[in-house]
Amino acid sequence: MLHIKCPHCGMRSQNEFSYGGDASVKRPELGKDISDQDWNNFVYNRKSLRGKHWELWQHLAGCRQWIKVERDTGSHEIFKTLKAEEEIS
Amino acid sequence: MTQSFRLKDVGLIDRNKKLSFKFNGKKYYGYEGDSLASALIANGVHLIGRSFKYHRPRGFFGAGVDEPYAIVQLYRNGETEPNIKATEQELFDGLEATSVNCWPSVNFDIGAVNNFLRIFLPAGFYYKTFMWPKSFWFKIYEPFIRKAAGLGTVSIKHDKERYEHKYEYCDLLIAGSGPSGLASAYAAAKNGARVILAEDKSRFGGTLLTSEVNIGNKSGKEWADGIISELKEMPNVTVKNRSQVFGYYDHNMLVMSERVSDHLPETKEFHPKQRLWYIRAKEVLISSGSIERPIVFGNNDTPGVMLSSAAKEYMKVYGVLVGKNPLIFTNNDSGYETAIEFKKNGINPLILDTRSNPKSEIINEARDLDIKIKYSYVVVAAQGYKKVKSADIAKISDDKEQLGNIENVKCDCICVSGYWTPTIHLASQSGNKTKFNEEIDAFVPGISKQNEKTLGAANGIYTLEETLKDSFEVGHEVSKKITNNENKVSFPNVVEKKSSIHDKFWCVPLPKGKNYKRFLDFQNDVAVSDIEIALREGYRSIEHVKRYTTLGMATDQGKTSNLNGLQLVSKIENKVVPAVGHTTFRPPYTPVSIGAIVGREVGKHSKPTRKSPMHSWHEKNNAVFVDAGVWLRPRYYKRGNEDLFAASKREAKNVRTNVGVCDVTTLGKIDIKGPDAAELLNRVYTNAWSKLPVGKARYGVMLREDGIVMDDGTTTRISENHYHMTTTTAQAANVLSHLEYYLQLVWPELNVNVVSSTEQWAGAAIAGPKSRNLLQKLFPNSDVSNEGLPFMGYMEGDLFGVKARIFRISFSGELAYEVNVESNNGNFMWEKIIEVGEQFEIQPYGTEALSTLRIEMGHVAGSELDGRTIPYDNSLEGLLSKKKDFIGKRSLIREAFTAEDRQKVVGVVPLDKKTSIPEGSHLVKDSKAPSPNPKLGYISASCWSVEYDNPFSLAILKDGKNMIGEKLFVMSPLKNKIIPVEIVSSHYVDPKGERVRS
Repeated sequence: MLHIKCPHCGMRSQNEFSYGGDASVKRPELGKDISDQDWNNFVYNRKSLRGKHWELWQHLAGCRQWIKVERDTGSHEIFKTLKAEEEIS
Repeated sequence: MTQSFRLKDVGLIDRNKKLSFKFNGKKYYGYEGDSLASALIANGVHLIGRSFKYHRPRGFFGAGVDEPYAIVQLYRNGETEPNIKATEQELFDGLEATSVNCWPSVNFDIGAVNNFLRIFLPAGFYYKTFMWPKSFWFKIYEPFIRKAAGLGTVSIKHDKERYEHKYEYCDLLIAGSGPSGLASAYAAAKNGARVILAEDKSRFGGTLLTSEVNIGNKSGKEWADGIISELKEMPNVTVKNRSQVFGYYDHNMLVMSERVSDHLPETKEFHPKQRLWYIRAKEVLISSGSIERPIVFGNNDTPGVMLSSAAKEYMKVYGVLVGKNPLIFTNNDSGYETAIEFKKNGINPLILDTRSNPKSEIINEARDLDIKIKYSYVVVAAQGYKKVKSADIAKISDDKEQLGNIENVKCDCICVSGYWTPTIHLASQSGNKTKFNEEIDAFVPGISKQNEKTLGAANGIYTLEETLKDSFEVGHEVSKKITNNENKVSFPNVVEKKSSIHDKFWCVPLPKGKNYKRFLDFQNDVAVSDIEIALREGYRSIEHVKRYTTLGMATDQGKTSNLNGLQLVSKIENKVVPAVGHTTFRPPYTPVSIGAIVGREVGKHSKPTRKSPMHSWHEKNNAVFVDAGVWLRPRYYKRGNEDLFAASKREAKNVRTNVGVCDVTTLGKIDIKGPDAAELLNRVYTNAWSKLPVGKARYGVMLREDGIVMDDGTTTRISENHYHMTTTTAQAANVLSHLEYYLQLVWPELNVNVVSSTEQWAGAAIAGPKSRNLLQKLFPNSDVSNEGLPFMGYMEGDLFGVKARIFRISFSGELAYEVNVESNNGNFMWEKIIEVGEQFEIQPYGTEALSTLRIEMGHVAGSELDGRTIPYDNSLEGLLSKKKDFIGKRSLIREAFTAEDRQKVVGVVPLDKKTSIPEGSHLVKDSKAPSPNPKLGYISASCWSVEYDNPFSLAILKDGKNMIGEKLFVMSPLKNKIIPVEIVSSHYVDPKGERVRS
């Protein structure tokens, strides 16, 4: 079970969190024209990387904040966690 | 039979406490402190079971977790459990156990015929043999294999025992209480670290209990006892025996199973049988020791052949002789220690040493005791069927290839020592890259991935002095990192006998003309010849060889077989062992009972139960409940002998003619506040929200980004910047997370706050033509007329002194209202509604009537909004705003979603107006078409229309828009039904929606 550092609450067990997908995906702006391909990429297409990966988790059974977690998908090592408003560096 | 193999004074058992037990129906006696194994051996019982594949007789091979043979079916306090190691099971009074893998009895086992058919049962036998004829599989092969396989019988009764889970945090978890565990725990504890020390066995001390050493002028056991009692007194230390750390998971999470009550005749009141510990440790020290390795020779599975360390443990710990005429077969000094122990107890052993001229203190001691030793000698084969009777022995050449003349010597046990294999399971599970240590001819932990370190024998360090020195040091250093303390404990003086180096000899060659079975894996009956076949057939990777031959795949996970298997593969392949590599070690290290894994989450405790504030009223009024997610909701209120069908029909009918009340507390409620609340609603709902006035509600649909309907519900504007959103019962949690996602990550600039208020409000839906009359009586001070409170209107009211929210919304399609009060007042509200409603012939209605009402009205719900449908499919396209963008809008213009013949919700009525249509049935054009019959759609929900008194269903149908009036067939192969039907509008009752506005 992973041990995730919530930037608001501190170290917490994985079972307090729920996984929310790739954190690098940006939702296209509302009301803007967008090609089928770009929309498809936003809705469906994800890289399934082995290695370092920024992902979203929600501290569901805690502060309910969405956070960003940099994790190695192979080794499960967690390098960094950020608050929702902090930019991935 | 008396305990004729019991020694007089030796051992750690309590001879004052005599215990009786039964094995295979026969009564025996043992003592407190015995294991089932030691008690049986004391009584001269060596035939325990039959082997897995060939049904060869099985005895004892070890004395602990490494035991591959002695697996029994245990009976305790009216329960039975399979896969119990007799070596691990502590004896208690009244214990009963039986053999497994044998029929009709362990002495006469019909399956043993496999032993004589063994040339037909080579590696991969199951894969090769039971392939044809196909029809034989179910009737002949499978039942036979099922009967023949398995390690006992699982009880299918409800387990009365309690199992618990515990979460724990510590600075340092130490797995194993042998010398390295004790030393490191002591050093770390004295330096202020929070330590958990776990020991699998009931006794602490590991090898210190059986080795002849001296630490600080004390015997090994005395020293261990002293350390343990000191540790137990320390507040920062938790010491646990009967506790196996069996799994090492990510981020230093380890799981340990504590056998709290398995050693007792029955579990004490308020105690669990077992407890599973989830331990998050800052650092882990693995002091799991090592397991003696067998040497492979002919018939090496005969009962009486066992590990020499086990023989020593039976003597020193349990005061039991494994035999009175022992043969010791060794390639290192450990065998001598066992021989010396025999000698001390008045037994004359014979030692066969594969080495030609070894010299050490221990060997000298054996010589001085006049123990007979034959150098460069090996056991070629054990003789005897159910017990060793003699051994064929021979001199072996220096190159270990040639055997001399075979001699036969009488013996009743063969104690084997092929040196020691470090127990690297936990380290390997943690991700540690193991390495091969040439000196000890085994793998040891290498580079750590997590915060772990392996100590002592588990790390390939086999001398006590080095082990203790290293462990004291590591315990101190690791604790210093955590506590920053500098309290160092002094290192005791250690006296131990020096050993000479071992001989890397592991397998005795076959003598000419003999083809004795030489077993590698004792539990799965994998012999040298099986591995040879696998390699001949082209298997190369050790992982493949393992799976093809089942080497190391039994419940003992190859604790005694892995390394010899690797030796063999590397020899045949002409590679070195590290080039072959070992198979992956996976948790659990030892079998864990399912009960412990499940813990308290059984039956109704497997999930929480949520009840509305009116629950007890429902109970008192004969409600029959149904699970709605984790909520319990009244499905119907039973009157007299009514069944579900009659009751729900009555309740629904009453809503259509009079008035009904339904508990809708379970609906998800989200409180939305902030100046940008309307903007948020505009973005998450498909319709427009900016112009919704205060005091008005609106129905809305929200989509996922892929255009699929996520949820629907009404949202009411309570005040300028305050909205009350409702969701379906099932989606409440998801919708809240969904809103939080967009507010926190996508549009953080929106100034809005959302919070769940589901539990804060109790809700009652009042529906039916007389509902307004009832409402007027409930709220005499409010104007609830059609003008005062129009359809989709909202007001606050005073319900006999209780503040209430009144919404004019309808799910039933009737004139209807929903009243919300604070949860504490829920029951008060409900009783008032029932009380006042009596004059209007009010009846409570459950979810079944609720469904009937919504289905015949054509209101879509969960069965249509099933995560596969878009707004069009549900005839909700009128709610799609053309002016503004919203979540998922861009997806709706994709080709498949705009296809001309896109599926759509329709109504379905059977032509005979009588036959009920099973939900989930398929709609087809031609009921006689050859299969696969093209499916045009499916029945999503069915009811008995109370308006027309005939069955009515909703369906999602291809080209539904153009199918109204068509005649189709409903097919349900499951219910074996073919029903001719007509497709009608989904709005079966009140298609213009006049009633809700009346």
